[in-house]
Amino acid sequence: MNEYTLPIFYGVFVGVLARLFMLKTDYRQYPTYLHGKIIHIALGFIAAGLGTIAVPAIMEKEFTAITFLTLAASQFREVRNMERNTLSELDQYELVPRGSTYIEGIAIAFESRNYLVIFTSLFVTLAYLIFGFWMALVMTVVCFIISKVLMSGGTLKDIVDIQYVKPHFDGAGLYVDDIYIMNIGIPEKRELVLKYGMGFILTPKSFDARTTIANIGQRQAILHDVSTALGVNRDAGEPSLVPLAKRDLEDGRVGVFVLPQKHDLDIAIRVISNVPTLENAIRMPTESKANRKGEKKRWF
Amino acid sequence: MVLEKAVLAVVTTNEKKIKGGAPVFICDNQKEMDSIAKNLEAILDGIAHAISEEIYIIVKHF
Repeated sequence: MNEYTLPIFYGVFVGVLARLFMLKTDYRQYPTYLHGKIIHIALGFIAAGLGTIAVPAIMEKEFTAITFLTLAASQFREVRNMERNTLSELDQYELVPRGSTYIEGIAIAFESRNYLVIFTSLFVTLAYLIFGFWMALVMTVVCFIISKVLMSGGTLKDIVDIQYVKPHFDGAGLYVDDIYIMNIGIPEKRELVLKYGMGFILTPKSFDARTTIANIGQRQAILHDVSTALGVNRDAGEPSLVPLAKRDLEDGRVGVFVLPQKHDLDIAIRVISNVPTLENAIRMPTESKANRKGEKKRWF
Repeated sequence: MVLEKAVLAVVTTNEKKIKGGAPVFICDNQKEMDSIAKNLEAILDGIAHAISEEIYIIVKHF
């Protein structure tokens, strides 16, 4: 035992705890399995170790130790690749795929959570070594709160209004409100679609939101989440029963057509409300300089 | 170029309106047309789209 033993143990412990806190199995069904969890806890342990060791190393004037953090960076980039590859492979066998945008979002989350673990361990160990145990405890709480804030992104309810509309046919064309979804030829299939189908209209609250929900990956994420939470009336070899989301070109509304097994309107609206706005889909046209009036700087 | 859609078959009750390309199934009435389209849809993993009252096309969406 030396003066660093307890701070190191405490730093690693808090780091692993932070990883466990950020590892949730929810309706997104990932990671579902014990082995998936073990991989992430083990990587969290390594991240915690790296973050913790950096502090005593610097205090001992071993400045080269910082290069280990670059090793960590490449290690965790590998985590992102691993998640992306696994999920992309599995996506081919989903009845309603997640889509690449959603997968990339999940993969980025896994990578960034490991960095959060490194920072948590680093700051907690630093607080322990400089100010003592009680300050480390305070730092732990602060780091957990920051992690919680950083890991929860926005959801769809912040950017759109959701409204239920019963789908209907006009000839062979299927419509949700006035948004055209698809053409279904066989009358029998039309009956099935009307029996099982539910329609929703997403009205964007702002111009930025309009561009975000126009993203095809974002729309696929909505379809995937609804189908995961409420089941889907679909099978391989039944291509006409397919959930789709189409856009109104006039005003940017999106018509979502789904075929849930459980017809529960409240749950469906709640699920759509809680679909994450994918980082890769977020667009902010209003931030563009050309769009900002009155801010023109002319130097000539 | 990646092929995104392909017309796999045409089912019709009015053969005068169809020529060339995909296999054409000529039917006597609407009922037969529905039944053939339904079978083809299941076999080919495509969707039967109604172009008009007399013509269905079976389209594969990749």
